[in-house]
Amino acid sequence: MRREVPLLFTVVFGLLMIVDFFVPHPFIADWAQRFRDWAIIIIAASFFLGVANLVKINLHKVSRREKEWPFAAALLGSLFVTLFLGLAFGIADKGGIRGVFNSIFLYMYTPMQATMFSLLAFYIASAAFRSFRVRSFEATLLAVTAVFVMIGRVPVGNAMSDALNLPDGLTFASVQAWIMDFPNLAAKRAILIGAALGAIATGLKIVLGIERNYLGEGGAGK
Amino acid sequence: MSLATRLEKLDRRYLFLVILLAVLLPLLNPLGLPIEPTPKVIGLHKAIEALPEGSVVYFATDWDPSAAPELVPMAQATLRHLFRRNMKVICGTTWPTAGPLAENVLREIGDECGKTYGEDYVNLGFKEGREVVMVSIATDIANAYPVDYHGKPTTSYPIMADVKDFQDVALLLNISGGYPGTKEWLQQVQRRFGMKMGTCTTAVSEPEYVPNFQSGQLVGLVGGLAGAAEYERLIDTPGTATRGMDAQSLGHLAIIALIIVSNVAFLLRKRSGKSGPP
Amino acid sequence: MTLSADALWNIVAAILTLAIFSYLYKDNPIYKFAEYLFVGIGAGYWFCVEWHNVLVPNLFNKLIAGDLLLLIPLALGLLLFTRFMGKISWLSRWAMGLMVGTFSGLAVIGFLQSELIAQIQANLLSVNTGSMGTNVNNAILILGLIASLVYFFFSTEHKGAVGGAARVGIWFLMISFGASYGFTVMARISLLIGRLMFLIEDLPRSLGVGG
Repeated sequence: MRREVPLLFTVVFGLLMIVDFFVPHPFIADWAQRFRDWAIIIIAASFFLGVANLVKINLHKVSRREKEWPFAAALLGSLFVTLFLGLAFGIADKGGIRGVFNSIFLYMYTPMQATMFSLLAFYIASAAFRSFRVRSFEATLLAVTAVFVMIGRVPVGNAMSDALNLPDGLTFASVQAWIMDFPNLAAKRAILIGAALGAIATGLKIVLGIERNYLGEGGAGK
Repeated sequence: MSLATRLEKLDRRYLFLVILLAVLLPLLNPLGLPIEPTPKVIGLHKAIEALPEGSVVYFATDWDPSAAPELVPMAQATLRHLFRRNMKVICGTTWPTAGPLAENVLREIGDECGKTYGEDYVNLGFKEGREVVMVSIATDIANAYPVDYHGKPTTSYPIMADVKDFQDVALLLNISGGYPGTKEWLQQVQRRFGMKMGTCTTAVSEPEYVPNFQSGQLVGLVGGLAGAAEYERLIDTPGTATRGMDAQSLGHLAIIALIIVSNVAFLLRKRSGKSGPP
Repeated sequence: MTLSADALWNIVAAILTLAIFSYLYKDNPIYKFAEYLFVGIGAGYWFCVEWHNVLVPNLFNKLIAGDLLLLIPLALGLLLFTRFMGKISWLSRWAMGLMVGTFSGLAVIGFLQSELIAQIQANLLSVNTGSMGTNVNNAILILGLIASLVYFFFSTEHKGAVGGAARVGIWFLMISFGASYGFTVMARISLLIGRLMFLIEDLPRSLGVGG
């Protein structure tokens, strides 16, 4: 029961997803669609698990007055306020109190997340200054490519090409486009193909019940 | 302490200031640098131009606030183009945080172009399931989305009257911020259902999709704020992306300058006989 | 001066934006408060969206309408919570098995047709097209792909011809990493542009200040 039932689910659902692609029979298509609908519901349920875990950890912090417990209290407060407003009034903006949930998302969550990610602009500059060292031929290749892409992809590349009177095929934009469409494409395609081979092998091993790490067990036969 | 060593030990907050000024100053004083559309962006524009009027386009908005500065201008520009060409737009998302952002963009551009919700466009909202739900949507839209973003039955809208699955959709346009996104739509829907597909994606992801553009799986690829600015140029309506390109340009030059300065300092230190980290 | 709701919310957004930016100077309690607030709001938001957009329309409404087979995913979803219950936590594996099987089956098909077959097909290019430029470019694509794939083949030692091909493969990979780095810089700068545009354009506009 601990191992056999989940393995059975994995094999049945996995094989049906594969068979559904090749066999257009309505019986297969209907059951594949039904199983996909079930998977969607279970994935949604897994998010509630995450929220429950978050509440559990932070309640523990607050009740034991651990380090940073006031912040944990702020987390729980904002979580429950958002939860109450969303569950009571729905998620779409219907004006008045029924629009507060939407406003919290647009004017609090959105700017905070956007700003957190915008910090990366500063850190990429700091990392470029401190760590980007041209110590070998390969590193030089990387650096030169990056410079051509950074100049060629933006309008300053067009302006510099015009100022230097570069011929059409040798402008920063053209060189950047050639880099992207040929050497970059070849390498990216190799990565795609390699990753695809790995993913197919792993997927088949899981669907055939050979790979069982997701059950908390070892690999084949264990 | 030599100049080279002092440079290498510079407090990073000075570097932050350099980047801040490089980006802020052109926003306050625009330079008007020229924007030239590139083939991948032109590809999407041409594909939309070639669609018969009244065609149904599935507008898959898979993003969150972290990608909004790049993707919202693209969404606005492509949506303007679709509405000007009188396409019917069905919007859905597989990201929980995209619903309100997509709703804002749809309403803004829909009102600007005189379009009516439910007749010319509809926002189906979020559906969980990542690549699993993508196949479900392509197979039966109303089954995957029984109600829209506002909680009303999907089939009650006139736009959905003749649309059951992706056989009824002329173009899949994905505005993609990461996973799940373009890669998953390509894997699960584009080839399987023979869809014409275009993508507007973050700059980080653009190099990854070049092979898919070259193979013909994508009819167009709009990447980053630069791609959005090019699309605004193609539809002759400059917007946020166009205004941001001068700042983008100077930001890049600042990074290149930092790389050059740090490597010159490194080489000077190396030549003076000290090797290894400072 | 009476401020509209939009203006007030934008002031809140600006305060939170600056609170996050304060981390650039150094870690501080204001940043930390904003960070915890972000997590709390995010968790509450996600809960509500999953409830209203998935569970209500795709499970409860359909169950009430008579689709009793949906009791199966409901039961499996509830079993996920046994993860918190020590002795019977193994029951959560039943739902895991279903999810993993579904994703794996779809992944096999997806990767096979979109990333293996389509990409190999697209690289079957002619080097005798009549245009020297196209011939050279196609040759670069073919040789670059082969060399890069040889680099990733670790079952044989990279010596001799294999070593040479792997070396060329590294060069192609370095070019692609350089391109990716350039685009990553572009993306990060764009995110900063977005926030600065909010502070210098959207905020003043909502307050009725400036042009």
